[in-house]
Amino acid sequence: MTLYFLTMVLFVMGLYCLVAKKNIIKKIIGIVIIEYSINLFLILVGWRKGGIAPILMKGMDQKELVEHSVDPLPQALVLTSIVIGLGVLALMVSICLRLYEKYKTFDMSKINRLKG
Amino acid sequence: MQGYYPLFTAIPLGMAFFNLLAAKINQKISDFLAFLAMASLSVMAVKMLFEAPFAYHVGGWAPPFGILLISDGLSSMLLVIINVIGLLAMIYSTKYMDSYTAKEKYYTLFLLMIAGMNGVVITGDLFNLYVFLEIASIASYALVGFGCEKNELEASFKYLILGGVASTLILFGIAFLYSLTGTLNMPDVAIELGKIGMNKGVGFVMALFIAGFGLKASSVPFHAWLPDAHPSAPAPISAMLSGVLIKALGVYSIARLMFHIFGPSALVSSIIMFLGALSMVVGVFLAVGQHDFKRMLAYHSISQMGYVTLGIGLGLNPNVSPALAALALFGGLFHMVNHAVFKSCLFLCSGAFEYRTGTRDKLKMGGLVRKMPVTSATCSIASLSISGVPPFNGFWSKLIIIFAFLKAGYTIYGVLAIFVAFMTMISFIRLQMNVLFGELPKRFEKIKEAPFLMTLPLVVLAILCLAIGIAYPFIDSVMLEAAKDTLLDQAAFLSFIAGV
Repeated sequence: MTLYFLTMVLFVMGLYCLVAKKNIIKKIIGIVIIEYSINLFLILVGWRKGGIAPILMKGMDQKELVEHSVDPLPQALVLTSIVIGLGVLALMVSICLRLYEKYKTFDMSKINRLKG
Repeated sequence: MQGYYPLFTAIPLGMAFFNLLAAKINQKISDFLAFLAMASLSVMAVKMLFEAPFAYHVGGWAPPFGILLISDGLSSMLLVIINVIGLLAMIYSTKYMDSYTAKEKYYTLFLLMIAGMNGVVITGDLFNLYVFLEIASIASYALVGFGCEKNELEASFKYLILGGVASTLILFGIAFLYSLTGTLNMPDVAIELGKIGMNKGVGFVMALFIAGFGLKASSVPFHAWLPDAHPSAPAPISAMLSGVLIKALGVYSIARLMFHIFGPSALVSSIIMFLGALSMVVGVFLAVGQHDFKRMLAYHSISQMGYVTLGIGLGLNPNVSPALAALALFGGLFHMVNHAVFKSCLFLCSGAFEYRTGTRDKLKMGGLVRKMPVTSATCSIASLSISGVPPFNGFWSKLIIIFAFLKAGYTIYGVLAIFVAFMTMISFIRLQMNVLFGELPKRFEKIKEAPFLMTLPLVVLAILCLAIGIAYPFIDSVMLEAAKDTLLDQAAFLSFIAGV
């Protein structure tokens, strides 16, 4: 339970960073923290105390493996979501660099030509 | 057709890659390849309308272990919208995008976006839905910033931040749902949820999904990115974003998940209806004061999507009579098709005006009907259509939604819908007065009609506006009725797991 709680603390920290900070680099870091808190949550969903790796070794009983191993599906999902996160991060950083070239600042409150 | 179903994502994904190679040889080949991909996809999408529902098992793995692709009335309808509007936007871009550099990269991103949207619509697996959603979103972030000027980059960054938050919320919801049910296959999740019933966890997942997909659909409390992002993109991309992307990623996903996985519920219905009414009213009020042509259209997108959400919301309500719920749902889906047609036409028109006059400020234009008759005529037809003038398509769908709401006893929402229709009409009459009629400024004396490849999609879309309005029974029998029945029939969706 504590672990779930800590993941949520991480999530809220990321959200705070995203909302309160003006520097766009810090905003990007906030997004990344949120993403990783969700990844940790996914891993926790499949985790069990004292679980073993979900690999069927020679001489191992199939039933025994199912009883003791962690759930492998969330791990596969997390791999995919890390790769997607990398793609988004690369795009964010490159847009951020281009923004710096045009505006000569990383301060989001000075990048305000568009009025929502 | 069954065996070819994965081609809806495979063709655009493959072509996105080969396009970059082909452009190294000759730019013309790259144009042609992109057109060929979209043309074949549209033909396939129209053929899918006449197929019976089926489930496709990717790699031969039987559900619930493998990935399931689902074809039914709703996904066929969305496939037609995505691919036909995509084809027209593609034809338009061959000429329009000459003013930008790196055209082949534009095609690649465009095809990736199409692949993502097709994937979202055909998939029957929750995580697969998330992956395709991210493909479409990442491509659209890059396309919004394609101009690489100050405004474009700023809009793209805002869109990226909010879109990133939406994606993480959706992933969180999927992870939570997996921990509750132990499966990711949509029909299987629905069966498991039926056993669990409603509890706090399920309610939390619903809230996450409404917030996440609401951000993608830009319902009003989550709308801040749309009026920046849609006008900043190149015109064909604005048409794709407003006409297709917010429907496929946002409203379609909400409808699919809420109807088929969670099942109708009065609470969710009232939340979705409230969001719809709020978007409808706030969108139209913000639109009235805008001078920028495309920005005004973007605010109208928010407002018109409010109608769609409103109709779907009443359809979810188990307490009204089934006939009325079905009618409202039908109106919502019909308006979704109509909005795709007239809003993409309007965005493409704004692009054609900008291409010739070099401005998007509607106060600086005027009298363009004498210089650009074809573009002006199509712009007029689409404006009449969005403001709900009788023979055109927008009138019928709005009428059905308003009628269903007044009949069902939601008088406030019905009256608001009438009021918003009236405001929309005022706004578009002012647009026409400013842009099409009035005095022609001196510096526009020498401008010509837009090139043929740009007017062709406009004319096709304008004809569709009129045709859907007049030949309504045909459209109804071919796609709308099937889509509505699919959404209301949860049992048929559950039977996909047995592999119909």
